[in-house]
Formats: sequence, structure tokens, C-alpha cells
Amino acid sequence: MCKHYHPQTCDTPPEGLYAEGALTRRRFVTHGLGLLSAAATVPAFLMQAGDAMAADTTMRLSSVPGAADGRVLVVVQLSGGNDGLNTVVPIGDDAYAKARPGVGHKPGDVLDLPGVDGIGLHPSLGPIQEMVQAGLCGVVQGVGYPNPNRSHFASMDVWHTADLTGKGGRGWIGQSLETRIPQDSAGMDCLSIGNAAPLAALGKEQRPVSFAQADLFRFAARGQDASISTTYDAVNHTPGPEGHEDPLAFVQRTALDAQVASDRVRKAVAGKSKTKWPGNNLAKQLQMVARMIRADLPTRVYYVTLGGFDTHSNQKSNHQRLMKDFGSAMKAFYDELDATGDRSRVTSLAFSEFGRRVRQNASAGTDHGCAGPSFVFGDAVNPGLIGKHPSLTKLDKGDLKFGIDFRSIYTELLEGWLKLDPTVALGRRYPTAGILRAV
Amino acid sequence: MKPLPPRDFDAAAARHLLNRAGYGGTPAQLRQLAAMGLDAAVDHLVDYDDHPALPGPDLDADVIRKRTAEERQRISQAKKSGDQDHLDAVRKQQSQARRDDRKQFQSLQQWWLGRMAQTPRPLEERLTFFWHGHFASSQRSVRDSYLMYAQNAMLREHARGRFDAMVAAVVHDPAMLKYLNNDRNIAKRPNENLARELMELFTLGVGNYTEDDIKEVARALTGYGVDDNDFVLNKRRHDGGEKKILGQTGPFDGASVAALLAAHPACPRFIALKLYDYFVADVGDVYEKLSRRRAAAVDSLTAVLRKENLHIGRTLKHLFKSRHFYDDDVVGKKIKSPVQLLVGTVRSLGTPTREAKNVLPALTQMGQVPFLPPTVDGWDGGRAWINTSTLFVRQNYTTYLATGLDAKAKPKSNSKKRRKNKAKAATEPAYRPTTLLAHLSNPSPQAAADALIDHALGPHTPSARRVPLHDLANELLADGLADAPLARLIAAIAATPEYQLC
Repeated sequence: MCKHYHPQTCDTPPEGLYAEGALTRRRFVTHGLGLLSAAATVPAFLMQAGDAMAADTTMRLSSVPGAADGRVLVVVQLSGGNDGLNTVVPIGDDAYAKARPGVGHKPGDVLDLPGVDGIGLHPSLGPIQEMVQAGLCGVVQGVGYPNPNRSHFASMDVWHTADLTGKGGRGWIGQSLETRIPQDSAGMDCLSIGNAAPLAALGKEQRPVSFAQADLFRFAARGQDASISTTYDAVNHTPGPEGHEDPLAFVQRTALDAQVASDRVRKAVAGKSKTKWPGNNLAKQLQMVARMIRADLPTRVYYVTLGGFDTHSNQKSNHQRLMKDFGSAMKAFYDELDATGDRSRVTSLAFSEFGRRVRQNASAGTDHGCAGPSFVFGDAVNPGLIGKHPSLTKLDKGDLKFGIDFRSIYTELLEGWLKLDPTVALGRRYPTAGILRAV
Repeated sequence: MKPLPPRDFDAAAARHLLNRAGYGGTPAQLRQLAAMGLDAAVDHLVDYDDHPALPGPDLDADVIRKRTAEERQRISQAKKSGDQDHLDAVRKQQSQARRDDRKQFQSLQQWWLGRMAQTPRPLEERLTFFWHGHFASSQRSVRDSYLMYAQNAMLREHARGRFDAMVAAVVHDPAMLKYLNNDRNIAKRPNENLARELMELFTLGVGNYTEDDIKEVARALTGYGVDDNDFVLNKRRHDGGEKKILGQTGPFDGASVAALLAAHPACPRFIALKLYDYFVADVGDVYEKLSRRRAAAVDSLTAVLRKENLHIGRTLKHLFKSRHFYDDDVVGKKIKSPVQLLVGTVRSLGTPTREAKNVLPALTQMGQVPFLPPTVDGWDGGRAWINTSTLFVRQNYTTYLATGLDAKAKPKSNSKKRRKNKAKAATEPAYRPTTLLAHLSNPSPQAAADALIDHALGPHTPSARRVPLHDLANELLADGLADAPLARLIAAIAATPEYQLC
């Protein structure tokens, strides 16, 4: 089996959307019958693994239609409303200095972008500047949506569900992953790091694997109470009822799948990194993700979060730290992926639920605004600035107007990168903003 | 529905009844229920008005409040004169109110969970949750914890009454009007959101009305809005003209539309199927997909609901007394919802509730948070509850409830932390599982395990599946029954696949 994504050698050419699904069903019928009695005790995931290897050694375990082989999307959520204007700075615009006499950057401090005049990066985004120069980062300007909502919760819901009413609902990632046929990755299609599963990752039945620490993604008694956990394993391996209809058989299969997933995840996360990592919170999460990617988990989407962007007061020092953490973590992530040979199969998106107001407030901070920049990373992205910087004078109630609908970014990532149908989650295809290179 | 012969109402049947009509009970409570006999037991559960009710939560109704005329004037002045400082102050005030509301919202959630765990009227809470999923509204967009509570109280009030009265109350409910944007439904520009869901999800189901019916129902609901915490009919925004709805013509308004929909021939089966899915079997909400046997059962329940004039309590009595309700393909075959799993563990196994702050994050991970249904269609239920992630969370939480064992605890935590944990554990109410076995005199480890398996997993649990638990009991209870080892045995029992079902 190929370890990594090499399009020329590994891909089985897809024969239409359902072709491989049909193949898998056929496999189930021919190979599956012999295993029928074991169905209740062997995790579905293991069966397919063994089966796939037996059937076709050139085909990856995770080779399913609707997801390009080995490709991974990493979503980095910057929670709290990142101040876009101080992140991607229109330093050449007089209106900027005027609106931000105390909170704004000084012209000499912002970092240049190759071939760009009047717009630069936050002084602490040196690592991002390097990534842009290396062709690994695209800075998408003025991202937002119509009738913006300035509530953290509602706007975050909008980004998570792609439903502009902000009423919640199902997530863009969860719903899109459900379009994959078959879903045979032991429930590991999406993995989020954090205590609560992000709404974005919830589909009708799709749930992400989610944990703050990999240690927690397991039966709690394991490692803490040997008697209970031995009994747990013994019960799960005791034959029970069989058949797909029986709810007990279903729960037991899931328990066995969960065990496999837990073992794989924890083993992966316990691996060693090849490069040096900074110690900040985002870096720690991405370090785990890099290890899981390297271990070739069948996970297609990873979700991580960095909080603290709600900078209503004393913004300068707080935001500086956040920018430093963000930049250094992303750079370290791609350095590691480069060292492990996985860089070409990982695209990342960093977003925040909104930007902040143009005018600083009375507490040396900024209040909730609307449009802001997003970042995309990886070999597959178009590096440099993407889209236009929103005008600082033609405002909507004191806020920047968006130029690129975030759903355009989703469309491109789903369809162009993950090879998933974007219309299920988004309702339709949005005109792309050119964030991906033709690959 | 064919009734269950009274003599067949044994301990196992009583256990099943309380699992489905409530959150289960201790062995002593189950014995009491069984001793009452079928009719009295069911009546006892359904006629819950006879039992005392627990108090409501302590809430500030004005945590989110309307601006006074004076305040509004001051703001518009500030906008005109460019008084940014005042506008900043208003924003600040607003975000403070939001923060207060979020805090109050959490105490509301805790209150409801606590009520479910303690109420002497378990069916009342089970039904209220049923309606919460049926007439779903979410704090996510209502963003007013008091209105969410008011809706909860309204659902509870009508929970076992007539469905038509419930529908009428729902179209006048402030949280619902906000949730489905009916506060923006005005004669000049009708908003169809509530009208559509009213027919599609609340009363009739797809295929029983036309797009024109939706438009006309939306007209009937124009001007139905919210003033501060109360329903208000804005007459100037209400379209009082004639409407043609489902073939009938008249000057319909919210109340008469509610009556019309509840009287529609499609309504009883729509509601019967939902009740069947909630109380009997995970069959989903598409009648056409039912097996012949399930369809026949839903048909008889529909007939009962119709005969009882959509009276929910009376209908449930028939259901809970029916032979079908106690069939082998019903008992122990339904996947517990997260709330049912947690509340049921506390109520049936008598575990402490442990630290309140842990429960909401756990429920979030399990996918069911009170007052936060994912969509207006409520929760999906059935198999959607269980996957590789949620199953661990479920098993870990029941383990935590039984033993206090925290998945987060590092096996080799530093001694200071451990001491702190120990101190905390000492202040928590201890778990006394020996009381669950008080009716047995000096049982062997295996007999103790069997009694607990019968209780927690059901007497139908086959002997092969019991073997690992017998082994554990022999190991843990070699020196006799004691609370600590029993709690560990119970944790293992609650971590079996069987325990996810009821």
C-alpha cells in the first residue's frame, strides 16, 4: 500500500461517483458472506481494511469516491472575531491611521508581501510572510457574507452551517462528508481537537471524533481500572445478536470500531515529531494533527481552534501574542509536514467568525465588525493576496463590506480539494475565488 | 390496541414501563410499580397531576429586556450627533445582558436536568422533552433564556392534554414566534417560515398541503409577534381577510388555523407515528418506510388518538396497557437518548449526579443539549445517537457517575492534585449501591451481579453475555458486598452495549 498521496501512482481512476461504492458493496457480498458470522464481533473498519488489502494492494484503505485519496483539510478556527484590519493591514490608506490612532500599526512596522504595495501583515506574522514567499499561503481578503451578524454565536453558526439565518442546523463539513459513499473510516472522517464537537462537523449522522487530549478518546477505565476495562473488552468480544437490523449488534459493532479508532489515534498522537515546535496552544493541537496525518489515519478533515480574539480592550499586546502564536504554529505545522513528506496532501483554512469595526473603541480595543481576512495554506493554494482589500471609507454601518463570500471558499475546498459535492451543504455551488491552484 | 393480560404485568414489564414512560427506577420502585398491577401502574404514571410538582427555576424575566422609549430616543439622538461614546456604552450594556442571559441559560438547563432526575412525575418530563423535540425552538436564535423557559412551561402544561390545545398555544408562544421569524410576518410582506413548519413538522407532514396553503396560513399568522416577554397581536400588521386553507374558506387567524390543522385527517397518524417513535421503537418518521407489523401498530395507535379526540394522556394509557408495547421486539430494543441515559442512570442506579459543570459539555459531545435542538425538526434520535465518539462519551459518563472515575484524570497525577481530588471526593455525596441489593439476603457475587444485570440491562440478557460480568463480580466481591466494589461492577455493567438500549 502506498504510504502517501502520489496522484500518478496511487489513484484508482474513479468510474463515476458511485462506481467504487458499488464495488465495495459487491465485495461485501462476495467476501462478506464468509465473514457474516463474525460480523458482530469484527469491527467493520477492520474487515474492510483486510478486505481492501486482499482485493487490491495498490488501493489505499481510504480510497473512496467523494474524497481524493489521502487529501486532508485542516480547519483552524480563530474564535472571538479576529481584527482583520490589524492582521492584513491597509497601511497605505490614510483612513486606516485616522480610524486607529492608538490601536493601529505604524507604517514601518508592517511586513511586506511580495509585489504588494500599501498592504502588509501584522508585525508578528513573520512566519506567515515567509510562507507567502515560499508559495504556501494565500491571504484571502474581505471575506464575509450578506446581512452580517455581529453576534459571536450567530456569526459562528453562520460560518459553521453556511446558513445565513444563524439558526444553527447541520455543519458544512459534516453534511459534505456524509455524501461520501461508502463511509468506511470507522467514524474517523472528521476529527476535532477540543472539548465540544464543532457544529461544522455535525451532519445528520456524521459526528467527529473529538477530544481535548488523545488520552481522553478511549474508554475511561482503560489505564485506570484494569478490572473494569478487561470486563469491557470481554463483553464487547462476546458474541451477541447478529444482523444489520438489530440495535444491539449495531452498538456492539460501533464499540469495536471505537476501540480500533481509539487505538489508532492514540498511537498516532504518541508518535515523535521530526521538527521543533513552539509551545503555544495552537501549535500543540497542530502537532497532534501532523502526527495523525503522518500515521495515515483515514481522517479527511481535522478541526482545531485558537481562542481569545475578542479584543475589546488593550488589544495591542493581546493581539500581538495571538498573531505570533498563529503564525508560528502554522509555519511549524507545514515545516513538519514537509519533513514527513505529507505537505502536498494537506490544505488548511484559517477563519474567524467576523472582523472588527474599522474605528477603534474607547478602551484601546475594537468591537465586533463584519468582513475580515481568511488564510489558506498548502502546496495547492494560490499564494499571496487573493481578492481586494475592502474599502475603509465605503462602509456598512461602520463596518467593512465583504468582497468574497465564505461559501466560495467552502465550494472550492469541498469540490476542488476534497472532491465532495458542495451543493448538499451549501445549497449550491458558489463562484470560486481562486484560492486553489489548478492541480 | 389489544391490551396486555393483567397477569402478564410482571417485574420485567414494570421495568420496561418505567424505562419508557419515565427514566427507570430503583429496584424498590420497580417492585412497587409491579405490585400495583398494570392498570393502576399506568394510571399512576399518566395521571401525574395527582403527584406533587417540583418548583420552577429562579429566573430574571428581564435578563433580555426591551428598550424603553427614553432609551430608544437617546440612542437615535446619539446616532444623529455622532455620539460614539454613548453608542459604545449601549453596545457594552448589550453584551453584558447577553452574558447574563448565557449564565441564566445554563442555570435553566441545569434546572431542567435536575427536575428530570428528581420529579415524582417522570412522564411529565419525558413528554415535555418529546414536545420540545417536536415543537423545537433553540436558544441559539431565540437568545432569551426566559422565553425558552416560558416555552418549556407551556409545553409542560399541555404535555398530556389535547393536541389541538397544544398547537394553539404554540402559535402564540413568544419563543416559537421568534425562532421561526413570525415576528417579521406582516400583512404587507408575509414570512412563511412558521406557516410551513406548522404543517410540515408540527401537524400534518409533507404531502398533505400545498404551497398555496402555506401562503394562506402565513397570512393568517401575520401580525403575530412578541412584545417584550408576551405574545402580541399587532392588528395593523394582521391580514384579517378571507383565506382558503385546505379547502376551507374563512377569516382564519392563528387559533382557528390551529384548530383546522389539528382536525385534519392526516394529523392523528402524523402524531401517532411520532409518539410511537419516541415511546415504542426507533422507526423514524416516514410511515411508508415502516414494516407491515410496525405500520399496523401505528395504525391502531392512530385510531386510538382519533377516538380520544387527540387527548395525549388517554392515548398513552392505551399504548402503555397494550400487549404490543411489551413485545420482544420492543423491550430492550430502543437506543437511549443522551438525556435518558444520564437521567436514567441517576434514577435507576441511584448514582450521585457528580459535578454539575461536567454534564453540559458531555451532553454537547453526545449530541443532545436541552433547549438547543439542532434544527426545527428536533433531534434525529435512534442510531444517530451512537457513533465511535459519542459511545465513549456515553460510557465514560456513566462510569463517572458510578465511580467518580474521570476520563480526564491522569493515572499518575501529581500528589497535590490527587489530594485535592480526594478532598473533593470526600465532600461529594457517596454512592451507596448496596441499597440496590437490599432485598437480597447475603447473595453470592454471581447472584449480586445477576440482580444488577436484570435491573440495569434487563432479565432478557442471555447468559453468555453475563459471563464476563460474573467473572468481574467474583473478583471484586470476593470479600462480600461493599459499596466501592459494587460501584465498579455497576460501571462495567453500564459500559456494556446492552446498557445503551432500553
